Amino acid sequence: MEHAIAVQLKNITKRFGKVVANDSVNLEIRRGEILSLLGENGSGKTTLMNMLAGIYFPDEGEILVNGQVVTIASPKDAYAYGIGMIHQHFKLVDVFTAAENIVLGLEEEGKLDLKAASARITEICRKYGFHIEPSKKVYDMSVSEKQTVEIVKVLYRGADILILDEPTAVLTPQETDRLFDVMRNMKADGKAMVIITHKLHEVMDVSDRVAVLRKGQYIGDVATCDTSPQKLTDMMVGHAVTLNIDRPDPKNATPRLEVKNLTVYDAMGVKRLDDVNFTAMGGEILGIAGIAGSGQKELLESIAGLQPLQPGASIRYTPIGEGTSVDLVGKTPLQIKRAGVSLAFVPEDRLGMGLVGSLGMTGNMLLRSYRKGHGAFTDRKAPKKLAEEVKAELDVVTPSINFPVRRLSGGNVQKVLVGREIAQEPSVLMTAYAVRGLDINTSYTIYNLLTEQKMKGVAVIYVGEDLDVLLELCDRILVLCGGQVSGVVDARSTTKEDVGLLMTRFKKEAVEA
Amino acid sequence: MNTVMQHTKDPLLRIAKRDGIARPWAYTIRIIAVLLSLVVSGVFIFAVTKLNPLQVYEAMFDGAFGTSRRSWVTIRDAMMLLCIGVGLAPAFKMKFWNIGAEGQILVGGIVTAGFMRFFGGSISTPALLVIMAVMSLLAGCVWGVIPATFKAFWNTNETLFTLMMNYVAIQITSYCVALWENPVGSNTVGVINQQTKYGWFPSIFGQANTLNVILVMLLTVGMFLYLKYSKQGYEITVVGDSVNTARYAGINVKKVTIRTMAISGAICGLAGFIAVAGASHTISTSTAGGRGFTAIIVAWLAQFNTFVMILISFLLVFLQKGAIQIASQFNLNDYASNIITGIILFFILGSEFFINYRVILRGGKEADGK
Repeated sequence: MEHAIAVQLKNITKRFGKVVANDSVNLEIRRGEILSLLGENGSGKTTLMNMLAGIYFPDEGEILVNGQVVTIASPKDAYAYGIGMIHQHFKLVDVFTAAENIVLGLEEEGKLDLKAASARITEICRKYGFHIEPSKKVYDMSVSEKQTVEIVKVLYRGADILILDEPTAVLTPQETDRLFDVMRNMKADGKAMVIITHKLHEVMDVSDRVAVLRKGQYIGDVATCDTSPQKLTDMMVGHAVTLNIDRPDPKNATPRLEVKNLTVYDAMGVKRLDDVNFTAMGGEILGIAGIAGSGQKELLESIAGLQPLQPGASIRYTPIGEGTSVDLVGKTPLQIKRAGVSLAFVPEDRLGMGLVGSLGMTGNMLLRSYRKGHGAFTDRKAPKKLAEEVKAELDVVTPSINFPVRRLSGGNVQKVLVGREIAQEPSVLMTAYAVRGLDINTSYTIYNLLTEQKMKGVAVIYVGEDLDVLLELCDRILVLCGGQVSGVVDARSTTKEDVGLLMTRFKKEAVEA
Repeated sequence: MNTVMQHTKDPLLRIAKRDGIARPWAYTIRIIAVLLSLVVSGVFIFAVTKLNPLQVYEAMFDGAFGTSRRSWVTIRDAMMLLCIGVGLAPAFKMKFWNIGAEGQILVGGIVTAGFMRFFGGSISTPALLVIMAVMSLLAGCVWGVIPATFKAFWNTNETLFTLMMNYVAIQITSYCVALWENPVGSNTVGVINQQTKYGWFPSIFGQANTLNVILVMLLTVGMFLYLKYSKQGYEITVVGDSVNTARYAGINVKKVTIRTMAISGAICGLAGFIAVAGASHTISTSTAGGRGFTAIIVAWLAQFNTFVMILISFLLVFLQKGAIQIASQFNLNDYASNIITGIILFFILGSEFFINYRVILRGGKEADGK
């Protein structure tokens, strides 16, 4: 079936300083079709789409909408051509309702009529199968509802070319399915859609055509029905890669961390963890699954000594080999660190916790070892050597190991953090979102490093987003739902659907591993 | 830079962030900025006063370095400003907005003046100098630690707190001035130990201010090493960058906050000692004279590099001395010279924009520099 071409990009080039983010890219977006834009982290997908959305301006090349050459210098221009983008990070005003957010910034004639707007919103929802309450405040909404508001906002402005930047990263499998249904409805309505995602099974599931970028260059496009995840990966990476995670059985797993009665309130007095109990074993990888914000961060921070705990909690830690077990509750982060508990937390802003943005790789390696230097001064030789090693092993792209990490791309920032934490030779290694946004090669390098740690007898706790990876990498999976443990399952025997259900619903009769 | 091919409907001006800039080129931009600022000031001078700008610049130079005495005053004042800037550097590097240097200088000055007045003669001058230095360090330290403690334990706003500490220090100074009035009725302390010079900085190599230079230079080098190479300096960097990262690394943020402000306050207190024992030999509410605020510009412009601060201190003091000179020589009032200073500072600060960003004109020609 032939579809009309909505947007055509011709020889688009965009540079950031010396870095070429897009190198003479050609791309077609067609009506009535879902196009997956696929590429490793830093391959320029988001940059390319941001030029369509008016956020960046191309250095070279031209953009054609409906066959006409156009200039898109601002998001307003983009809307004028019917192009709307749903960004990875939502841009909503928390204290406004859905309807208020949707009409915000529109310059319509006459006075603001929220009632009419709400009616139009309901009409849009009915047409495509969304569920949204126009009068609901954003702060009362779940992540998936917020995303719906973003999509409706774009449709309300009359966009018929929609770009979704990693929309599924924050959704449960069930929510993802619902989103895909809506996308198919919009496709049937003749809208042109682009979805950026890292997850290959989603690409295969929802899209009609796949365009691949690699290191800023356009590699080609294929019809989804003519390809396979393996072929797509090879296109993305440029050479064949194996997509299997080696998962050896745990050897003499012994309890390393026994967490009991862990309850945590945040600074606002909201309960974040509710009576959490579990055991992490040395020599196994314990996965932690859950929708974003279900208490994963608080759980890891509690163990690392960074959260005030409610009385009655106990975190019993038994070191590798001989040594008596101690309770970590009430110990300072430094004492916990010295006991051998290491935390590699990759927060959403990546630099917020764990790295010093203004320093280079060496300076950041120093964060763990600066106390070791002689006298009052720091020893820079060891961290420099470590920085070189991490750079080589994880292939960190940086002009120099003294280049401020704040100015590195997100994936590279993460490699610095994860590389440093693994190098600490911990006995408990906690990682949160360790591969968030990393390319396939590096993700697999990190999976292998974690497995290596596990085989050394380390208790690895892996907080992840991608259920497929959790199921392939971990030995057991603990599922969090609203700060409660909704189940601990055996990763070898469970299914994605089971875990997905546990993520959304508290099930007492959870399968015990 | 590459030339780029574009079609016709581009925006007229675009701004793009630079991805790092070569150091020589950054300095070229800064030098261009200073030259341009002189040209603009020249146009301004000519437009308003019809004076020959070159003559005016010559007069400015004359005001700062015209005679050996003037040169020494310029050096002495630059050292003073530098000393305060060096004191502020660790606090600001930690993102602790210490705008209380005025107060910290004053309390250091009061203590110095008090010891000079009451123990001059009974303790030998070298010993007295050491005592005064130590006491001024302690006084400034206390003045810095109070707001830091409140910040560390109760998260009070340090900007307001340090600012208010200034007024407390000013009131204490007024009280001491009234108490130590000499001669009675003058409402000033007068020059302390004018005849005997007890507790004054001794002349070294025939110059009264050599000791000022030595002390401040030692501090400058010491602070550079402290911030860049010491463990505590590293902790300051981490806390300034991200408190969460600091906690994560097991750094005691409260301790670092208080310790750093103790150091910052102490050095500012020592600046008060230098101002009293090494320069004015008196104390008044204007002993700090706004330099506690000017030094903030010094610290930030230098990005806490204490060696760069030397240059900036000299530039600011030069501008100030030059402004006074042209005001008296050409019968201009103070405002004219302030405008010139303003123009020059505006260009220097503005040049930082062109160091971080480049402007691309329609058609792809890139405008660099200023």
